[in-house]
Amino acid sequence: MNESLLRELVPVVIGVLVRRGADFAAAEDAVQDALVEAVRVGPDDPLRDPKGWLITVAWRKFLDAARAETSRRHREIRVESEPVPGPGESADHTLQLYFLCAHPSLTPASAVALTLRAVGGLTTRQIAQAYLVPEATMAQRISRAKRTVSGVRFNQPGDVATVLRVLYLVFNEGYSGDVDLAGEAIRLTRQLAAMTKHEEVAGLLALMLLHHARRPARTAPDGRLVPLAEQDRGRWNTRLIAEGVDVLQAALARDRLGEFQAQAAIAALHADARTAAETDWVQIVEWYDELVRLTGNPVARLNRAVAVGEADGARAGLAALAELDPALPRHTAVAAYLHERDGDPVTAARLYAEAARQAPSLPERDHLTRQAARINAQLRG
Amino acid sequence: MAKYLLLKHYRGAPAAVNDVPMDQWTPEELSAHVQYMADFAARLEGTGEFVDAQALSPEGTFVRYDGEGRPPVTDGPFAETKDLIAGWMVIDVDGYERALELAGELSAAPGAGGKPIHEWLEVRPFMVEQPTVIE
Repeated sequence: MNESLLRELVPVVIGVLVRRGADFAAAEDAVQDALVEAVRVGPDDPLRDPKGWLITVAWRKFLDAARAETSRRHREIRVESEPVPGPGESADHTLQLYFLCAHPSLTPASAVALTLRAVGGLTTRQIAQAYLVPEATMAQRISRAKRTVSGVRFNQPGDVATVLRVLYLVFNEGYSGDVDLAGEAIRLTRQLAAMTKHEEVAGLLALMLLHHARRPARTAPDGRLVPLAEQDRGRWNTRLIAEGVDVLQAALARDRLGEFQAQAAIAALHADARTAAETDWVQIVEWYDELVRLTGNPVARLNRAVAVGEADGARAGLAALAELDPALPRHTAVAAYLHERDGDPVTAARLYAEAARQAPSLPERDHLTRQAARINAQLRG
Repeated sequence: MAKYLLLKHYRGAPAAVNDVPMDQWTPEELSAHVQYMADFAARLEGTGEFVDAQALSPEGTFVRYDGEGRPPVTDGPFAETKDLIAGWMVIDVDGYERALELAGELSAAPGAGGKPIHEWLEVRPFMVEQPTVIE
C-alpha cells in the first residue's frame, strides 16, 4: 500500500470523522489505528479506493472505541445516523486541522508532534525516531496535546502565523532518518498553500524550497560543512529553485510583504547567482533591511552585518556588527570572518577558536575549528 | 526542543548542603529518596520531556593508550580530584530555563532527616543536529 498517499489522506479522513460527530482526539486515534491496519494489509493487496477504505476502517475503529464506553451509547446512536459529508468540504476541514494542531495553547514541541501526526499522518514511532526520544515520551506528548485542544471547537478560524511557525520548526529540524522532516515540512506547507492564498504561506513554501534545493551541496560526503561560497552550485536542485522562485514571485506580486517572503527573497538571490562572486549583495542588504524592519529579529541584524561586509567591505561589516549584542549566537563566528577579510588573521584565528567552543552543533564546531587551524598554520608558515 | 544531560556526581561537584553519606541515612530516608527520583522520572515521562536515565557504578577508572601492550589504568588523573559520576538523566525540553527548573527540582530530592540534599547537578546541553538553515 502506498504509504505517502495514505498519509496525505489522514487529515481528510479525520475531518470526515469529526464531521460525523467524533471528537478530535477519538477521530485522530481511530485514523491512526486504521493506518496501522493499512500497513498490515501490505503492498501485495493494493486498494482500489484508498480514501474510501481508510474512511470505512477508521469509522469502524471509532465505533468500536465508542461502543466500549457504554456511557457514550446515546451519542453513538446519534453519530451513526449522521449523513456522509459531501466531497467539497475536506479542504476546509484539513485547514481547520492545521489551526487546531498549532493552537497557541500548545507548547512548540506538542504542536509539532500533533501536527506531524494528525496532519502529516506519521506514526508516533516515526515522530519519536525523528526527534530521537523514546516512543513512550512522544506518545505522552501527543496525548497531552490532544487533551489540551480537546475543548477547542474544530470550526474556529485560527492564526496562520502560528501554523507557519510550527511548520518552520519542523523544517529546521532537518533530521534525515526514517523520516526526512524537511521534506515532510515542505509536503505539509504545499498542502496548506493549496488551501489558502495567504502570502506568507507562499513565502514560507518558497523559502523551504529554496533552502532545500541547496541542501545536497551544503555538506561534504564526510559530513563536513561546506560554506555557501564554496558550495558546488552544480549540485543545487534547479527544479526546486525554479519552483521556489515562481511561488515567491506570485506572493510578492500581492504586495503584502512578510518576514518569510523577505527571507525567501534573500535565499532566491543566493540561488540566482551562478558563482559566489556574482551574488547581488547590494540587493541582499536591502532585503535584510526589510527583514529587520518587519521583525527586529537580532539574528536578521547579524546576517545583515555579514551581507554589509560583502556589499561594502569588511570594515562596514564590522561597524554594523559593533551595534549588536556580542552574546548573540554566531556573533563571534561572524566577527572572526570579517576580521580575516579585513586582514587581521591573528584576531580572526582567536575568534574562530572561541566561536568553535560556543558552536551548538558538531559540524559547525568542526568547521570553525578548521578555520582557526587553517589561519594558525598560515601564520606559522 | 533541546536535550540536556543532568549529571549526578558522587564526587567532584561542590559538596551538597545536606551532605550526609547515604549509608548514614535511615532506610526510610533512602526509600523516600529513591521514590522521589522515580516519581520525578515518571512525571517527566508524562510531560513528554523524558529521554533516558541510567545509574552508574561508583567504580570508574582512567585508561589511556601507552604504546603496545596493556594500557595503564589509574584511579584518576589526580587522586585528590577524582570525579565520580553517579548517573544521568537526559531530558528533552523547550529550553534552557526549563532544564534549570527541572535540575533544581531533582536537586531537592530528600536525604538525611528527610530534608532536601541540595546537591549540585551538572546541566549540559547536547550538541544539536545540524539545522537545515545555516547561512
